[in-house]
Amino acid sequence: MVPLRVENVDTDQIIPARFLKATDRKGFGENLFRDWRFTSDGQIKKDFALNQSQYKGAILVAGNNFGCGSSREHAAWALGDYGFRVVISSFFADIFKGNALNNGILPIQVSPENLQCIFAAIDQYPSVIAIVDIENQKLLIDAAGIALTFEINNYKKMCLINGYDDIDYLIIQKEAIEAFEQKRA
Amino acid sequence: MKKTLFEKVWDSHVVSSIKNGPDILYIDKHLIHEVTSPQAFKVLEEKNIPLFRPNQVVATADHNVPTENQHLPIQDALSRKQVSQLTKNCEAHGVNLFGLGHSFQGIVHVIGPELGVTQPGMTLVCGDSHTSTHGAFGTIAFGIGTSQVAQVFASQCVLVDKPKSMRIVIAGKLHPAVEPKDVVLYVIAKLGTDAGTGYFVEFAGNVFEEMSMEGRMTVCNMSIEMGARGGMIAPDQTTFDYVSGREFAPKGEALEAKIAHWKSLSTDDGAAFDAEHHFDAADIRPMITYGTNPGMGIKIADKIPSSDDASFVKSLEYMGLEADTYLLDMPISHVFIGSCTNSRIEDFRAAAAHIKGKQKSPDVAALIVPGSQQVAKQIVAEGLDEIFESAGFKLRQPGCSACLAMNDDKIPSGAYCVSTSNRNFEGRQGQGARTLLASPVTAAAAAVAGKIVDVSQA
Repeated sequence: MVPLRVENVDTDQIIPARFLKATDRKGFGENLFRDWRFTSDGQIKKDFALNQSQYKGAILVAGNNFGCGSSREHAAWALGDYGFRVVISSFFADIFKGNALNNGILPIQVSPENLQCIFAAIDQYPSVIAIVDIENQKLLIDAAGIALTFEINNYKKMCLINGYDDIDYLIIQKEAIEAFEQKRA
Repeated sequence: MKKTLFEKVWDSHVVSSIKNGPDILYIDKHLIHEVTSPQAFKVLEEKNIPLFRPNQVVATADHNVPTENQHLPIQDALSRKQVSQLTKNCEAHGVNLFGLGHSFQGIVHVIGPELGVTQPGMTLVCGDSHTSTHGAFGTIAFGIGTSQVAQVFASQCVLVDKPKSMRIVIAGKLHPAVEPKDVVLYVIAKLGTDAGTGYFVEFAGNVFEEMSMEGRMTVCNMSIEMGARGGMIAPDQTTFDYVSGREFAPKGEALEAKIAHWKSLSTDDGAAFDAEHHFDAADIRPMITYGTNPGMGIKIADKIPSSDDASFVKSLEYMGLEADTYLLDMPISHVFIGSCTNSRIEDFRAAAAHIKGKQKSPDVAALIVPGSQQVAKQIVAEGLDEIFESAGFKLRQPGCSACLAMNDDKIPSGAYCVSTSNRNFEGRQGQGARTLLASPVTAAAAAVAGKIVDVSQA
């Protein structure tokens, strides 16, 4: 797990606008949190969690209101491309949450108290392992005695587990959509 | 059943609802731009499916375009490729594009309303969080990610959970120096940047009823800065007068029939909201932000608050500011008047009225960026260009410009910029840039004085 003890992390921090010029989805991980990871002349900022070798893994743990601001899905692509599969926070911005789920990244919302417990567990055991069980909606950190249940709507859970895509679902609904158009006309 | 404005529009667009899941929401208008659409067009190609309703899509180039020499090829290779990709995609899929050089080109949230594409009672989406702007017309308008742009391309629908409803009522008399931007910065400062998350907001009360359409757009534009997907204002005669006669608005009898329907789009007396907030208009004063999120705002005459919170401390450190001090009279070096929040003709009239007969401070670089070609034309028609240029302001061509600094319009590291845009995030206007959000009049006054001034004290 990688701890990011900052609140209101906006998508401009996750991926700055100057890196949004690409026309495909690949390669954004390189510039994830660019201006927090590197100085303007490209030096590594050693005090930033992503640059600290004791923290590893596919789970980012972040402060309240993660992913606010711009709707750029590039933020989810950058997190995924870097290797994150789960983000834990006490609160997520709406658009980011949807974008993450549409890219196979699971946003797990926990209470502010539990978020502090998770940060404390990482402080105590920087390489602590967490297990995320989507099927049973459980977040388990055995070393710290943390066992939490998280919410996810059934439809999105089914999509994540089976790798389904909203577009495929909507295309199947085409007749209903055309009938809706007829009715309104 | 008594319904809110939001429910009336939402419910009439639900194709069906997935049990324990999202609604399939039908989308009337889909606006696209060069930055968040290319990957969505790729999805169509990968899945080998057509764009379902190209006539309901409108495209423009705005985020990543230069604001000088737009008649020349774009110098930056990646930007040039992104903009030309949009042209190719629109040609291949039959989408109406108002690209560079077109007389309708401009910031997507300026041209939609200006061309009459945006109309009351519609659902409208765009791959941009400030799509909330269009809510000023009593439209359900919200920003979506690129995967959802692809969904709309494929089906003219999005899968989306129905948000909760919030009403923000502001009643009373505004101070004459207070502008719509101050009203919305005040609300966000009071409620915080996440208060609206999960909600769709209706702005109500005489303050909004008395506001022009452009003022309403400024307010709804920043709904997302309090976390709300969108904000709406019930359409009224002001709305109908604005829409009438615009390029893509209904005409004649069709318009009359529409207006009859639009008149039904208001919240029923007694309809319930999940949350409600009331503010007294008389308490609002010209506002400015001091931190790195739009909720960190104060009345210009007030002190920066203090807090031990780590994120607050980090924010002030980035800004180079100290708690318990005043921003008033602080020197600034840059001013930006533009963005989808404040780049409409009324914004430039207000700025020009303040600037007329004065000179900008020699210590300030001041940039004026119109929201669209039509606004740019109007600026010239009204002679505002002469006021700006003789005062030493640089008047540029339309685009998003220094609001997000994707192009060359960047604020230098460490510099303070009074900006009429919507976000003061770290690095938003350039790496290390320090943004102070304010209204066009406050920005114009700062450019002239070379420091932060309170226009309500003048």
